[in-house]
Amino acid sequence: MIIKDEYDVVVVGAGPAGSSTALAIARSGLDVLIVDRNQELGCPKRCGEGFGDYALNQIGLKRNEKWVDQYINGALLYAPNGKKIVMDYGKDVGYIIDRKKFDKWLALEACKAGAQIQTKTIVDGIIKESDFVKGIHAKFLSEHFDIRAKVVVAADGAESTIAKKAGMKIPSSPNFFDSGFQYEMAGIDLEDKKKLEFYFGQKIAPGGYIWIFPKGEDRANVGIGISAENSRTAKAYLDKFIKTNRKFEKGSIIEVNGGAIPLGGVMHDMVMNGLLVVGDAAHQINPLHGGGLAESIIAGKIAGTVISDAIAKNDVSRRGLSNYNRIWWKERGNKLKNLEKAKTLFEKLSDRQLNTLANELDKKKIEEITSGNLSKLMKLISKLAIVGIKEKLGF
Amino acid sequence: MIINKEKCLKCGGCVSVCPVQALKLESELKCDNDKCIKCKACINFCPVGALKLEVSK
Ligand SMILES: Cc1cc2nc3c(=O)[nH]c(=O)nc-3n(C[C@H](O)[C@H](O)[C@H](O)COP(=O)(O)OP(=O)(O)OC[C@H]3O[C@@H](n4cnc5c(N)ncnc54)[C@H](O)[C@@H]3O)c2cc1C
Ligand code: SF4
Ligand code: SF4
Repeated sequence: MIIKDEYDVVVVGAGPAGSSTALAIARSGLDVLIVDRNQELGCPKRCGEGFGDYALNQIGLKRNEKWVDQYINGALLYAPNGKKIVMDYGKDVGYIIDRKKFDKWLALEACKAGAQIQTKTIVDGIIKESDFVKGIHAKFLSEHFDIRAKVVVAADGAESTIAKKAGMKIPSSPNFFDSGFQYEMAGIDLEDKKKLEFYFGQKIAPGGYIWIFPKGEDRANVGIGISAENSRTAKAYLDKFIKTNRKFEKGSIIEVNGGAIPLGGVMHDMVMNGLLVVGDAAHQINPLHGGGLAESIIAGKIAGTVISDAIAKNDVSRRGLSNYNRIWWKERGNKLKNLEKAKTLFEKLSDRQLNTLANELDKKKIEEITSGNLSKLMKLISKLAIVGIKEKLGF
Repeated sequence: MIINKEKCLKCGGCVSVCPVQALKLESELKCDNDKCIKCKACINFCPVGALKLEVSK
């Protein structure tokens, strides 16, 4: 092993949250190590890969063609009765990325800034001394070792075992997770190669939706997210959808993905002495559409800045790190909390209510509304969903 | 807990919803049956139906 046994900061998880956090820390000149249990960064992918420019701009990076698979100029939304709403922006507003390339690229940006990284390294314990987290127990292949650090960052995704091991309370109620399942497919007869497709309905995807995210030519991520407490599996719903839809007749399954999507359960307290939790591990995900890439990257920047500051001031206690709670809630938390309320209402809508909602959206001719980026498009969906729900429920 | 290794995607979703951290995903998924409280949260969550409780004889 090349790595040392002591760092200023150890980041567990080389996903977008971990790499973004490490990038901010490395930029401040501190010594930071990222470890990830995966053999190869970004693999296996657990993602529909929908993304936009906004978050990267926030951390001073630019889109890179090598990980863009397909530019997107809008979306097709399908109500349970098959009614289609076209949202066409007439220009590119987002893109579908290749997470395997993207995660590697972002991790390497952190390395370029001075971070070190080691894959195939499982963190299986936390060093804790007099109520302070002081480092990690880990293994590389089968070699066991300890690394000490002033701060440990738990960026280990939805499982969030690192923070749990350290003794932090992480929401685990199934109410806060969608069960996600996806095929990357080729040979599909896509309706519009530049539009995302969403299918809603309690019989199609109870409490969630099915998505088709084009990945260039005849390829796409075809996936589903449904509430975790369901008598049938996410796979069963997706298989039924694919079997009954002619566009998949000649399709091939070229990859199978699954995963938990932590929708809701944003945390008020994400720090303890010497430890901070970020990304999916802290439920920092847009609860309405399940997009977590942008949230992870933005939260990583906030976390990294606060950690660098705390180390400079020689106070990595929970008090020293608590600015992270404050800044994140101000910039992202309140918004996500509101969307969480919308999500709770949305997932309960019956198919009839969803059909009505689709009619109202049509009246407002939302497809004519133009906007700047994918996140705005998502914002619009959220807003309209809330309006429809309020009217429907009579308040 | 019976884990069907042929079905399991190693996606870690079940680990997220387990209230007592009985499940662990490293090179493969393992369940500590002494910790498990048989709440079935993981079974209901699993996107491919790879988990089931032991059938008592
Ligand atoms: C099916 C599905 C579809 C999705 N679609 C989209 C989408 O289209 N757009 C979007 O924006 N978001 C989407 N998301 C959400 C998005 O994938 C996540 O929000 C994002 O990956 C979160 O990043 P992260 O860095 O917090 O966690 P992750 O990307 O999960 O990274 C965590 C890393 O930690 C590592 N790790 C875990 N435990 C340990 C350990 N003990 N030791 C060492 N390393 C460890 C893992 O190997 C992993 O690499 C989707 C999620 C799912 C499940
Ligand atoms: S949720 Fe199912 S597929 Fe995913 S790791 Fe657990 S048992 Fe395997
Ligand atoms: S049944 Fe409940 S306690 Fe047992 S492994 Fe599954 S989620 Fe954990």
